[in-house]
Amino acid sequence: MFKRVGRTLGALATAALIGAGVTGAHAADDTIKVGILHSLSGTMAISETTLKDTVLFLIDEQNKKGGVLGKKLEAVVVDPASNWPLFAEKARELISQDKVSVVFGCWTSVSRKSVLPVFKELDSILFYPVQYEGEESERNVFYTGAAPNQQAIPAVDYLMSDEGGAVKRWVLEGTDYVYPRTTNKILEAYLKSKGVAAEDIMVNYTPFGFSDWQTEVASIKKFGSAGKKTAVVSTVNGDANVPFYKELGNQGIKAEDIPVVAFSVGEEELAGIDTAPLVGHLAAWNYFQSIDTPENEDFIKKWHAFIKNDKRTTNDPMEATYIGFNAWVQAVTKAGTTDPDKVIDALIGVSVPNLTGGFSTVMPNHHITKPVYIGEIQDNGQLDVVWQTPGLVVGDEWSDYLPDSKDLISDWRAPLSCGNFNVATGKCGGS
Amino acid sequence: MTTLRPTKPILAFIIALLAMFALFRPAYGADVHPQVNALGQGDYAALESAITALAATGDPAAAAVLDALSNGDLYVRKSDGAVFKAVRAGDGYALTDLVTGTDAGTAARSDVTKIKVNNKIRGQIRAASGSLTLMNPDPKLRYAAAADVFKSADPAQIPLLDSVIAGEKDTGVKAMLVQARAAAVLKSDMSSDEKVAAVAIIAARGDQDALAILTGAGAAGADPAVKAAADAAAGSIEGQLQLWNGVQNIWYGVSLGSVLLLAAIGLAITFGVMGIINMAHGEMVMLGAYTTYVVQEIIRTSYPGLFDWSLAIALPLAFLVSGGVGVLIERSVIRFLYGRPLETLLATWGISLILQQAVRTYFGPNNREVGNPSWMSGTFDLGHLAITYNRMWIVVFALGVFAVLMLVLKRTPFGLQTRAVTQNRPMASSMGIRTPYVDALTFGLGSGIAGIAGVALSQIDNVSPNLGQNYIIDSFMVVVFGGVGNLWGTLVGAFTLGIANKFLEPYAGAVLAKILVLVFIILFIQKRPRGLFALKGRSVEA
Repeated sequence: MFKRVGRTLGALATAALIGAGVTGAHAADDTIKVGILHSLSGTMAISETTLKDTVLFLIDEQNKKGGVLGKKLEAVVVDPASNWPLFAEKARELISQDKVSVVFGCWTSVSRKSVLPVFKELDSILFYPVQYEGEESERNVFYTGAAPNQQAIPAVDYLMSDEGGAVKRWVLEGTDYVYPRTTNKILEAYLKSKGVAAEDIMVNYTPFGFSDWQTEVASIKKFGSAGKKTAVVSTVNGDANVPFYKELGNQGIKAEDIPVVAFSVGEEELAGIDTAPLVGHLAAWNYFQSIDTPENEDFIKKWHAFIKNDKRTTNDPMEATYIGFNAWVQAVTKAGTTDPDKVIDALIGVSVPNLTGGFSTVMPNHHITKPVYIGEIQDNGQLDVVWQTPGLVVGDEWSDYLPDSKDLISDWRAPLSCGNFNVATGKCGGS
Repeated sequence: MTTLRPTKPILAFIIALLAMFALFRPAYGADVHPQVNALGQGDYAALESAITALAATGDPAAAAVLDALSNGDLYVRKSDGAVFKAVRAGDGYALTDLVTGTDAGTAARSDVTKIKVNNKIRGQIRAASGSLTLMNPDPKLRYAAAADVFKSADPAQIPLLDSVIAGEKDTGVKAMLVQARAAAVLKSDMSSDEKVAAVAIIAARGDQDALAILTGAGAAGADPAVKAAADAAAGSIEGQLQLWNGVQNIWYGVSLGSVLLLAAIGLAITFGVMGIINMAHGEMVMLGAYTTYVVQEIIRTSYPGLFDWSLAIALPLAFLVSGGVGVLIERSVIRFLYGRPLETLLATWGISLILQQAVRTYFGPNNREVGNPSWMSGTFDLGHLAITYNRMWIVVFALGVFAVLMLVLKRTPFGLQTRAVTQNRPMASSMGIRTPYVDALTFGLGSGIAGIAGVALSQIDNVSPNLGQNYIIDSFMVVVFGGVGNLWGTLVGAFTLGIANKFLEPYAGAVLAKILVLVFIILFIQKRPRGLFALKGRSVEA
């Protein structure tokens, strides 16, 4: 019986693959193809659809300026459907069948890990635009989202400061998967290095899509009433945030009493909630829509015109995509070719304007420099900056606070050309 | 009419008094414009001292100014540094003078900057405006202000509290003020006798806040007498709270159980009664939630006064939408697949994907905002148990839906026919019941109830295309555990699983708790394959 179900399911999946495989038209040789590998269906569509539109928008803008190397850019969109193995298949299809020069894509770390071998084998370039847990540096990947030291650590620093409320007790609340677990491990080590006692740190994980937060919020409330200023560092992912914040509001936890700083909540996520009870809760990002710079204003205006909806928000991964896209354009122009090997080398050191009034530079570890902002949730669903790092922060791929990675560095320039060089043993190849 | 006449002079007197008050009000103190404008100068540190200075004036306008500041309504005019309350009007802002409350013209967006506040400032404002509103004529506001002062526990406010306590008539407010004073005393450097007395006052509160203050007071370095009293009081409160913790877990369990019941009750009909493995059940819930969203959107744009009724309006519509889609699915797909459960499973799974993607395409992949009507927002205290209104109404609602469904199945001709068809189809058919017609309606009923569940779930969960997926597994779990074909089993199953889950969660964590519950169900099914309340008799084998 079950064999039959399995076989039928297999057949269905194959049919779906074939159906989804029919993409884009075959183009003439006078275009440069750009692959877009973001889920347009399934659970991650909520976040990734916007990034697909962003790349299309950026390609459109670039083509208006005359394209790259005298050729127009052409987008090839595929839908990996929030299905991790499908990410790898779609990546292979983009690179070997559609012959794209570069791919912008992935959101979750597991989807990135799934496509890594494909990019290595076929030697292509992936721009990954989402904040992640670090502990990785690959030759074929450029990480334009924040590493933990570009988001989590500055956020904790802010809360520990007098201005942020001089927090002494910490709840690390996360969804149970690799990003929160690694980030919390780094944060725990960091907090202990700053003299926070073990009993002043509470770590808790909930499943994906968790919706009944009553017990968790009650225990946060209890943990927070020990007479010391308490804050919650939330790595709760995606959909689970809305019920979490609703429950916080319902149980009357105000930001003045126990602030929540989130690393996965941006303008897009807040669009689904009434934010009036949440005013004052925090988010740490490298970009906010509310940041008042001419570049940002221009970007938002053009984005609204492109998407034909002036209510659409912009967010941090969009800015990361913007930086990555422009860095690629500049590197291709510099190298005079789209050949991946040459572009990978040319990308290091490329400096492009970000949307917050500064420049972001691609570093030899394939991460970029970014400013870090702490924003407070406003009642209109936007985030207002209350604090920012004095300068740009360089993405640190191997955290200094984890015993396994504190001796590792990454430098993809010749002659080192290594993603995990161990400075203690002097060898390339990790710990 | 005649009865009104004697009150007229009093009314006139009050009006005259009010008018006098209004007239003389500006003469209360010096002009506070400089203090107000100082709010717009410099950084957070400067803002902090400006707030203290403004609050120190004690001017009646100050409380309103601080309130506007914490709401983020204050703007500085760049040209002269004057601070106004500004409201968006067209492309610019309409300005209001904060001291006189008069209209101060308009300003373009680029001419004013918002005064930003952070949590620390908000806390300071709350404490400052707390002490400013302690004299407010409205006892409710006074109580809230006293609670704010209690939270801030600032020793500097003890003299103010002493004078206010002496003049306070309302017993509730007075008690709160006394507690606020005690909290402040424990932080001050007053004598240990005073502090021991304060410990007793705080201990009488017996709640989490009291425990926090007492642990603080009993910390190292405190006077031994105070420390002993505080530790003893904290210990007894802890014991009490432990007990309340158990009560709280039961309540959370009941609340989770009611959500499970709502999600599963429709499935108890389509799967339990009709035997259709309906993987598209979750999408019926989702359609109900989206119906609520559409109803609220229409109300928001066209009839804002009806917002509190939005859920009542959405209920029948959600039933019709989901029920209609259910009937459509039954007539177009499922009726060809009766007796072939595996095909039904695959077909309904396909339908669920189609419905999800259809909603995603039409409404977009993002969450939609569904608001809580005012009667579903907030909490009330039952002893030391804080009960949120939305959870409470969902419990009531789930039980209500269950009762109505029971009535329909047991007391109406339609219910009788449904039961007849499920128990013995050929016999029912030969008695003149149009079985295909009953099948379609029963499936529609199950789907419609799932839609109603969607209205309730939209209040606590995301309204997104994935909404249904989150509930489908839980729903099957409840129905299978409770016993297929038995509605009472679904009821008991939902609450058992809910409470078990919530008792495990504090110890095992949410992830492990869920796994443990799943393992428990698997073991239970090994022992009793037909669930808690197994149907007995011939119909089971049919």
